[in-house]
Formats: sequence, C-alpha cells, structure tokens
Amino acid sequence: MMTRILATAGTEFRIALRNRWVAIAVVLMALFALVLSAAGSAPTGDLGVDRLSVTVASLTSLAVYLVPLVALLMSFDAVAGEVERGTLPLILTYPVARVEILLGKLVAHLAVLTLAVAVGYGLAGVAAFWADPGAVSGLPALWRLGWTSVLLGATFLSAGYALSSLARRPSGAAGLAMGLWLGAVVLFDLGLLAAVVTDNGGWFTTQAFPFALLANPADAFRLYNLAASEATAAAAGVAGAANAIPLWQSAASVLIWPFAALALATAAFRKVTP
Amino acid sequence: MTSTLTISALTKTFAGEKALDAVSLTVEPGMRVALLGHNGAGKSTMMKIILGLIPYDSGEVMVCGAAPGSAAARGQVAYLPENVAFHPALTGQEQIAQYLSLRGESPKLALGLLDRVGLHQAATRRIGTYSKGMRQRVGLAQALIGKPRLLVLDEPTSGLDPVSRRDFYALLDGLAAEGASILLSSHALTEVEARTDRIVILSGGRMVASGTLADLRRMAALPVALHVTARNGHATEIERALPGAIRVGAELRLTCPQDEKLATLARITGFGDKIEDVEVVPPSLEDIYSHVSRRDGQ
Repeated sequence: MMTRILATAGTEFRIALRNRWVAIAVVLMALFALVLSAAGSAPTGDLGVDRLSVTVASLTSLAVYLVPLVALLMSFDAVAGEVERGTLPLILTYPVARVEILLGKLVAHLAVLTLAVAVGYGLAGVAAFWADPGAVSGLPALWRLGWTSVLLGATFLSAGYALSSLARRPSGAAGLAMGLWLGAVVLFDLGLLAAVVTDNGGWFTTQAFPFALLANPADAFRLYNLAASEATAAAAGVAGAANAIPLWQSAASVLIWPFAALALATAAFRKVTP
Repeated sequence: MTSTLTISALTKTFAGEKALDAVSLTVEPGMRVALLGHNGAGKSTMMKIILGLIPYDSGEVMVCGAAPGSAAARGQVAYLPENVAFHPALTGQEQIAQYLSLRGESPKLALGLLDRVGLHQAATRRIGTYSKGMRQRVGLAQALIGKPRLLVLDEPTSGLDPVSRRDFYALLDGLAAEGASILLSSHALTEVEARTDRIVILSGGRMVASGTLADLRRMAALPVALHVTARNGHATEIERALPGAIRVGAELRLTCPQDEKLATLARITGFGDKIEDVEVVPPSLEDIYSHVSRRDGQ
C-alpha cells in the first residue's frame, strides 16, 4: 500500500513541480509573509509582547485566507483533470484502491503546501528575530501556526478532491472550489456576524455561535491559534469569541477536519465512473 | 486449465438502450480474440465491464476466477484504452516507472519496457512532445507490465505505422505463446484476420458471429471467387464453357458456392493446357463482416 501511495505521490509532486505549482505556492507564501512582517512592525512596543507573537497573529489572519486558496487551486483539477485528459480509466484498472490514489495526491500536494508554509513562516520568523532578539518567546506560537496551517491545507486539499470528483469537469470543479473558498472563509464569517448582530445576545450568540465557529475548519484554525497564542490581545474580531471556547475544542476541530474531508473526498471519488 | 475469461448472458442497458444483449464468450489461456463491430456496437462497453470500470445489469462475468474489478482480477489484467492518454508533463520513463510501482514491480524496469516497444530514445522526453503513435506505444508498454494473464486492448494499433503494427502483433504472439489471453478490438480487419485465433462480431449489442475465421466462412456461406487465366487464344472458348464467368482481359472471373468449389476447380483443370493459372480467393474477413452486418440490418 505504501509503495503505491508513494509512487502516486512522487508522480504528482513532479507534475506540481513542472506545472510551477511549487514555485507559485512558495513565492506567494513568502511574499505575503514578508509584507506582513514589514507592515506589522508598527504597533509593537506598547503591547508588551514580543515581535514574533505579533507577526504570528498577522500571519494567522493571512493563512486563514491564503492556505485554503492555495490548497483548493492545487486540488480542484485532481480528479476532474484526469477525467478530461482520459487518464482516469487506465489508472483505475490498476490494482490500486481509490483511497490510495487520493492519498498519493494528498501527500504530494501537502508536501508542496508544507514547503510553502515553511518558507513563508520561516522568513517571517527571521524578519522578527532580526528586529527583536526577544522574539524567541514567540517561537511556540509560530510552530503551532505552522502545523495547524498544514492541517488546514490538508482539509481544503481533500475538500478540493471531493469537489473535483463531484464536478467531473475542470471548469465546474474550479467554480465549486472558488465557491467553497468564498463561502468558508469569507461569507461564513459575515453571515455569523450578521446573525450575532440581529440576535443581540440571544440564544444564537450564546449557544449556536461557538459551534458554528468550530464547524468551520477555517474559523477553528483561527480560534485555536489566537486563543493558544499570547497574541490574542494583538488581534481583533473573532478573537473576542476565542476566549469563550475551550482550547481543546478548537484543537479537536483542527485535527478532525482533515480526516473528515478525506473521508468525504473518498466517498465522492468512489462514485466516479470513468 | 481454467478459462481466463468467462462471460455468460451479459446484458447492459444505458438509458433504456441495450448496449449489450445476452453476450456470452469464453477466452482460454493463450487465445487471441478479436472483437469486431461498428462504432457503438458495444465493444468498449464490454471491455469496460470486463475491467470492472462500469457495472452491468445481468449475466455473469468471471475474470481470472474473480469478479471483474476486484483487486485479484485487476492484478492479472492489463488494459490499453482507446486513445490512451498520459499526463503531458511526465516523461515516458517516469510514467512507466509509476505504473510499475503500482503493480508492485521495480520502477527500474521502465527503460527495458520502453525498449521493447521501440521508445528507448524518447524515454526521457516529456509525453507532451510525443506523437500519437508514440503515446500508443507507451500505452502498450504499460500493458506488458508484470506478465498479465489477460490483456484487454481497445483499438491497439490505431495511430501505429505498418512496421510498428507488425512489431506489435509479434509482441502479442509472444505473449500468447506464454499463455496470456488477448482480447482486442479493431477496425483494421485485414490485420485481425491474420493475427487472431478467434473472431467475435458485435452488432447493436448482440453477438452476431463468433468462431475461427474458417467457422465464420462456413457460417456466412459466401461464394468463393475463382480467377482463371487462359492461355493465348483460348479465353473465348473457356468463357463459353464456364457460364457466369466475367471476362477481364485474359482473365475470367467466376464465383461459386463454398460446397461447389472442388467440382468447379475440377472442371477448370479439365481444360488442361488451355489454362495458364487459376487462383482461388476465399471470402475475406471484410466480406464476412459486411455480410453479417448487413444481414443484421446495419
């Protein structure tokens, strides 16, 4: 099983490399991380936290948009593209399980994403150290942001595979992927905000709101990072809610989502008849 | 030895249309079977069912003693799809190496396989730069991986030049000699005629003919053509003696039913010295194919 997954992963990684996805993802993450580091340098000092923790707070807000976007861009073509190229029927006649094919793609795409995240956050870390030697106290937060970003990426990669299987055509899959991105990381929060405002401290705000946040992998990611980090004070917005939800719950959501998404993707892929 | 492939009363319906209607077929080890039929006759559908890519409605299919599409069956069956495609960004060697790994073989065998199909030179070039014939040969190379017991080849020679075609059939002969069963579809009837053991003709999802070329000839009962070349000056005399003969220069062309072939030949040889040559032309697979298809109302 491992051989088959790794063989698929190796092939997919080569394809990602040649399609410039590795370069695009790395440059994108590095660029945004550096811009944030530079922009985030103003409000330090008076907050009494180290430079790196502030950077991590900014990076969290960035990652919540950028990581799902890059993950969906890499994954929307995974199944639909094979259907369109006509490469799927052949691979399905090989003694390889469909879940192994998806796992192979996931390993490769996750490697690309991990590389991009490592380079981006690494650069941000170096920039923080360069400006403030006391930044070492922010290292655990940066590490936490790193691995949760990879898990967030895994969730959206699998979600992309699921959409790709459902759409069966690359153009349709691209549309669905963009829809999911908009819905999960932009509109979801706006909707919650609107609901909380109209609810005015009622049942929704006290009971449903925390669960709604946990149910969205992007929000859970943001909650976990902001709540666990000392930089909570440095961030605004949803962070207020972060204190109301126990840390283990957001951590659980961040950990469970990748597996749930992969299960969904596998179920959708099994329904594809070449 | 047990059959490599057993199909009985296989039926498959697409949106009310019968794509396959009670088709039965047995393929023994080492047998080369040609699947013929018009576009849409059900050839590809039948192949996809054998491979387990699409489900079927009724009947029974056993591939190497297992259900089609099961891990056991997939491990012993190789497939070459019609218009085989690969990711253009990969090289031939990388692509074959991946397929080798998926079948549990060493990826180092890739070069040797590409060599066998005459692609050694292009092994490190991206498949995106290959011609259709070269892609077809990559497809053939992957079908050779790991000594499959059954090869399912959907129009394997499309896009190949005549020399490559001959090499391809030579490869198949070698595989069949080692006990592999081969099921291939083709529109190139003349090559199929010479290089397969059994012929199956599908029409509108039904199996309208099945057997060796000789069986099919007997079944179709098509007339045999005789071409008689008369010696100088005797053509008119012979023409008069052979009613129904058509004269084309010095040659007389006539046809007779299969069972009167020997009697007619005896009459012709009766002319002795007046005849220079006689040629017997049995009905070709093409004749049989169009006869069977026409009878079927296609």
